[in-house]
Amino acid sequence: MTEQPDAIAALAETKPSPGEKYYPPFKVTPELTKKAKAYIAMYPKGREQSAVLPLIHLVQEKHGYICPQSVLWIAEMCQSTPIHVQGIVSFYPGIRTSCPGKWHIRVCHTIACALSGGEELLSYVCEKIGIDPKAMTEEEPMAVSADGLWSIEAVECLAACGFGPNLMVNDALYSQMDQAKVDDLIEEYSKKA
Amino acid sequence: MSTEQQILPKDAAAAEGKVNVQINGTWYRFPKGTRIADACNSVGVHVPCFCYHPKLSVAGSCRMCLVEQGMPPRLAPGATPTYNDDGYQTIQWMPRAIVACANTVAENMGIRTNGTVCTEARRAVLEFLLTNHPLDCPICDQAGECKLQEYTADYGQLTHRFTESKIKKGKNLSIGPRVNLDQERCVLCRRCVRFMKEIVGEEVLGVVGRGGRNAIACYPGKTLDSNYSMNVVDICPVGAMTSKDFRFKMRVWFLKSTPTIDVNCGTGTNINIWTREQQVYRITPRQNDAVNSCWMPDDHRLNYKYINAPERLLTPLIRTDQQTEQRPAAWEPLLRAVAEQLRRCKSSELAIIASARLTNEELYLTKHLADLLGVKALDIVPRVGENDGMLISADRNPNTTGAKLILGKDGSTLPDIVRGIKIGKIRSLIVLGEDVTAEAGIPAEQLRKLDYLLVMAHSESPTTQEADAVLPGVTFAEKHGTMINVTGRIQRLNQAIDPLGEARADWDILRALLQECGDVPLKAARATSSMEILEEMAEQFEALSGVTWANIGNSGRQILETGVTIPLIEREHAKQP
Ligand code: SF4
Ligand code: FES
Ligand code: FES
Repeated sequence: MTEQPDAIAALAETKPSPGEKYYPPFKVTPELTKKAKAYIAMYPKGREQSAVLPLIHLVQEKHGYICPQSVLWIAEMCQSTPIHVQGIVSFYPGIRTSCPGKWHIRVCHTIACALSGGEELLSYVCEKIGIDPKAMTEEEPMAVSADGLWSIEAVECLAACGFGPNLMVNDALYSQMDQAKVDDLIEEYSKKA
Repeated sequence: MSTEQQILPKDAAAAEGKVNVQINGTWYRFPKGTRIADACNSVGVHVPCFCYHPKLSVAGSCRMCLVEQGMPPRLAPGATPTYNDDGYQTIQWMPRAIVACANTVAENMGIRTNGTVCTEARRAVLEFLLTNHPLDCPICDQAGECKLQEYTADYGQLTHRFTESKIKKGKNLSIGPRVNLDQERCVLCRRCVRFMKEIVGEEVLGVVGRGGRNAIACYPGKTLDSNYSMNVVDICPVGAMTSKDFRFKMRVWFLKSTPTIDVNCGTGTNINIWTREQQVYRITPRQNDAVNSCWMPDDHRLNYKYINAPERLLTPLIRTDQQTEQRPAAWEPLLRAVAEQLRRCKSSELAIIASARLTNEELYLTKHLADLLGVKALDIVPRVGENDGMLISADRNPNTTGAKLILGKDGSTLPDIVRGIKIGKIRSLIVLGEDVTAEAGIPAEQLRKLDYLLVMAHSESPTTQEADAVLPGVTFAEKHGTMINVTGRIQRLNQAIDPLGEARADWDILRALLQECGDVPLKAARATSSMEILEEMAEQFEALSGVTWANIGNSGRQILETGVTIPLIEREHAKQP
């Protein structure tokens, strides 16, 4: 029997990723605090905890993912507890606990896209950016390329079902994808790097 | 007859603020706002619940309490309701089941727990709960008192259709100094999470992950270390939360539980003490909404080890000569010798230090012993600590109120006795149930200088070591008696095990001593049980008039208004509408 990692300690373990070089490490700055306070002020007094989700997005946007230190910071800011914040972080698949690549590709694998070639699209994109699709597991749905430039993840419906197969690169949606379009897209983003 | 027919049951019920509900074919009346689960359970129709706990907010998440429900059909516009011969409307049953914990009763509502809708719902819920459950009852500490096990036996299908591999989660996780967690056994009722948040006010537990990977956890660096942490073990319906102290010590079906009270402070938390033969294995809180709700502090719960400890005094001891060791003695000759010695003492040179850990009956006998010997220097040892804002009272004696009532003493004259001993004015001392070298602060050397020291105690201490005679008494688990808590509530102490060795119940020792010391015209001196002593006391103390062993019951009886309150209970009352 293999040694089972302590399921509690695992909650606060850092998961190193090559993508980290493209994102600033988490640091509490006056600017971040100011933005956080603005969010918190949007909720009634005594309901500071409601701002946990916006703060998670704030941190993830800037630093790429939610690291254990940021969990503690968010909990403190929102007068919540680390376990509450961690509960939310671990609930949503869209909230990451390790750093993505500079270009994070989300390929839709929900039914409409799957029927119009989404599955082939996923493996083709993987091939193009040099990631083994097997690296995407149930526990760790996101795979990051060794150079940290790319990461990929199969996601649920991107709300453009009529134009499948769809994918997103960071926040931009690309519809009706085929191999040629993927080639161009990867080329374009590699240059941006 | 005719007037009765005119009054419909609904109006009769409404006049009392109640509603009529049909449960499995029988009509009952319940106050408005009663939860369906509580209503059913109160009339003996069992509704299985995992997540519902009457002291916590309603989660409605486990779906174990599904019942079939029906209401009168909705009327067409302008139509008037029709009533059958009994005065009720016909019930139209809903095709789906509803949760009994989060819904309240309504007029003319029907509840069925014996139809297929309900039994099928329960079966299905259990099948889902067991898909990822490890099914490890043979090695699980909760077996025998596990709700999942019981409900599966009652309502489950006892076969498994799930052939996929189970999701692995954390096992045997130490989430606090006194509690272990097995995430795989958890049914995610979140009672533990709600308890820590709502009752203790420390949100250290939470749910992480989602779907089949949902698990209870605490965040690394923050452990379940509250002094009330072990209550989660009690409310956890399954073997997910287990007590480090009790786990693997004994199968619960071998244990006998005795309802009694905690003696670690003036609150007198109601408890069950779990024993097998002469051994105490654990203590759990017992619900009493006027004293401790459903909870108890961990340090009080775990303070039972002294009952079966090697320090217990199992035989009477005597020292015939200052220079010799104490040696075992037989009860009767020893009591005679003690009485003879006490009669020889000058009453002005004799003092009694009793304990507010003694029962009312024992204090009553103490008072008579003092009167008989003409002793004026008599008091108890006060014990004060900090009120924890929950259940632990600042008074760390369980029966100070009783001592005040019966002896008229509260510890304020103890310093005089201590000084008397120091300056040699007091030459002989009787110590009842205390180690006077501790809180009373009498050094052992001063005890050694006394002419005579008689000690009644259950365990060896520096005080018993100095004694000329030691009468082995018992702990709270080995005797019957009553105590009055800080709020003025008289409560019963029930005997869970027989006195160990040759020890005798303290009231029994005092009674025998009283008899030996002189001819007392007291029924109590010939009592065969502490209940009889209580009978006599009821005649003599106004506060106790009408109080009997039977009418105190297992939940106690308010006999005095001391003005002291229990913070946790106050909060609970404040929450009630
Ligand atoms: S650990 Fe026990 S009390 Fe807590 S959620 Fe799981 S089953 Fe319920
Ligand atoms: S299914 Fe792919 S966008 Fe909706
Ligand atoms: S007890 Fe009703 S849903 Fe859990």
